[in-house]
Amino acid sequence: MTDAPMVLAERVSKNFGSNKVLRGISLEVDPGEVLCIVGPSGSGKSTFLRCINHLERVDGGRLSVDGQLVGYRQKGDKLYELKLKEAAFQRQEIGMVFQRFNLFPHLTALENVTLAPVRVKGLSKAKATARATELLERVGLGDKGGAYPAHLSGGQQQRVAIARALAMDPKLMLFDEPTSALDPELVGEVLDVMKGLAKSGMTMIVVTHEMGFAREVADTLVFMDEGVVVEAGPPRQILSDPQHERTKAFLSKVL
Amino acid sequence: MSEPKSDRMIEAEPGATARAGRKRDADNAPPEAIVAIPLRHPWRNVVAVLLVLGLAVFILDAAQRSDYGWTDVGKYIFDRRISQAAWVTLWLTVYAMIGAIVIGLLLAIMRLSPNPVLKSIAWLYIWIFRGTPVYVQLVFWGIVSLIYPVFTLGIPFTEPWVTIPNEVFTNLFITAVIGLALNEAAYMSEIVRAGLLSVDEGQAEASTALAMSWGQTMRFVVVPQAMKIIIPPTGNEVISMLKTTSLVAAIPLSIDLYGVSRGISAVTFTPVPLLLVASLWYLLFTSILMVGQHFIEKRFSRGTGRVKADKDSPTPETAPTAVPGEPGAPLGTDAGGKG
Repeated sequence: MTDAPMVLAERVSKNFGSNKVLRGISLEVDPGEVLCIVGPSGSGKSTFLRCINHLERVDGGRLSVDGQLVGYRQKGDKLYELKLKEAAFQRQEIGMVFQRFNLFPHLTALENVTLAPVRVKGLSKAKATARATELLERVGLGDKGGAYPAHLSGGQQQRVAIARALAMDPKLMLFDEPTSALDPELVGEVLDVMKGLAKSGMTMIVVTHEMGFAREVADTLVFMDEGVVVEAGPPRQILSDPQHERTKAFLSKVL
Repeated sequence: MSEPKSDRMIEAEPGATARAGRKRDADNAPPEAIVAIPLRHPWRNVVAVLLVLGLAVFILDAAQRSDYGWTDVGKYIFDRRISQAAWVTLWLTVYAMIGAIVIGLLLAIMRLSPNPVLKSIAWLYIWIFRGTPVYVQLVFWGIVSLIYPVFTLGIPFTEPWVTIPNEVFTNLFITAVIGLALNEAAYMSEIVRAGLLSVDEGQAEASTALAMSWGQTMRFVVVPQAMKIIIPPTGNEVISMLKTTSLVAAIPLSIDLYGVSRGISAVTFTPVPLLLVASLWYLLFTSILMVGQHFIEKRFSRGTGRVKADKDSPTPETAPTAVPGEPGAPLGTDAGGKG
């Protein structure tokens, strides 16, 4: 629709104490784009993802989602920290899927999906349930609505988690190593759901170790190391012809 | 492709057993049950017999001793005054625990909240109420109506706007409930806090990422999961509270079980039988509470301990639904319609 980027990061930095986790990340994600971030552990990929929905505070630079500054409000040339409520409001537009699923174990799959729409968006139970059933079918779990997470396999849990995030009708989906905690034979079913989601035009940022997925689905592949973007571009180009030494070293280990 | 493979498997199996059979003839027979003389524990039996004998001697002896006053025990155990006092003790326990759980929950949430003011208030409260004896606190609440005969509202050191006579602390039953609840709340808050901390951080994170507020996260995600950690020690606290109510004598409130039995014995000069009567009532209540606790613990362990349930409902059966192609197809079509 518009040409404005969905996510715009300009020299974003983040410290944990004296540990500089992000040292100036600049990148752009357009609406409908799928961006995959790869890199060695400790490179700041997950932290950057968590900054995008303000689970972590950005310390420096500018980070905005859909034209809105994340976590702050600009008035004149001064920045004001957002109230918790306002920050929560911003998050409504951003769905997140975690490495360890983080489903609510005391709720059924269906209740997991309906909780936030009912409590945050004020949807009626009936409406939320109808929508949740639809979403569970979409991730191939239409018959599992009544199951508790402990009854589901890892792959099924992660698919419920995706449905749960989609229930808030986000404009942007963040995936934090969504298949890293899965048994190898369950990875495919989750990736398939994500592929379908990408095809539907969802804007996605995916931190992953699945190079095959990145090659197939990503529009842009970003290689991060030590808190900086080392290399970014079309996935085929980066995977087959990396320019930077660090990228070459990393890819030689994982491919 | 899979068929010839499975054929080969079937072929291979009889061959394998045949080879094994040649090696060991006994293999076909069902395994022989082990018949062995179990390990004996002679000393356990000796000690048990000695203890039972000792107990029997004690009971026979106690039955004969006039100091126990068994006829008086029988006479007072169902005395109306006693059963009414038992009722008072029960309600003291119920009200005090309800108050303690509510205040304790608030304190625990305050201590874990990101707000430093709330945090400090909770810390100060726990420091004071856990740091002084409950008996001393009850004495204090008993005389608080003398220290503060009226409640006033207004600017300090000027004429008050509103003056309300202190009628709360002149009612000794209410005073007792408040005193017990305030003390217990400090302990309950620590129990609740341990429960809240036991919930995985990822839970609150997922809830936050779903745009739920801190309060909603607590109410719908963290607290329900903390319950199974909180319930067992809370049951313990209820049982403890039932007995602590006997300390309301410090206020002084004397209409509870211990107070009334002491009152009766002061007139009849039969302290021991009335102590026995009171103890039997306390034991009755704690026994009932123990049974209740058992069932509540079972109820709140829902969603966990599913290892058993997992075995019942076959998880492998669910795997075929997760055929890679299948979820992809509906997703593509549905999503296509949306975009």
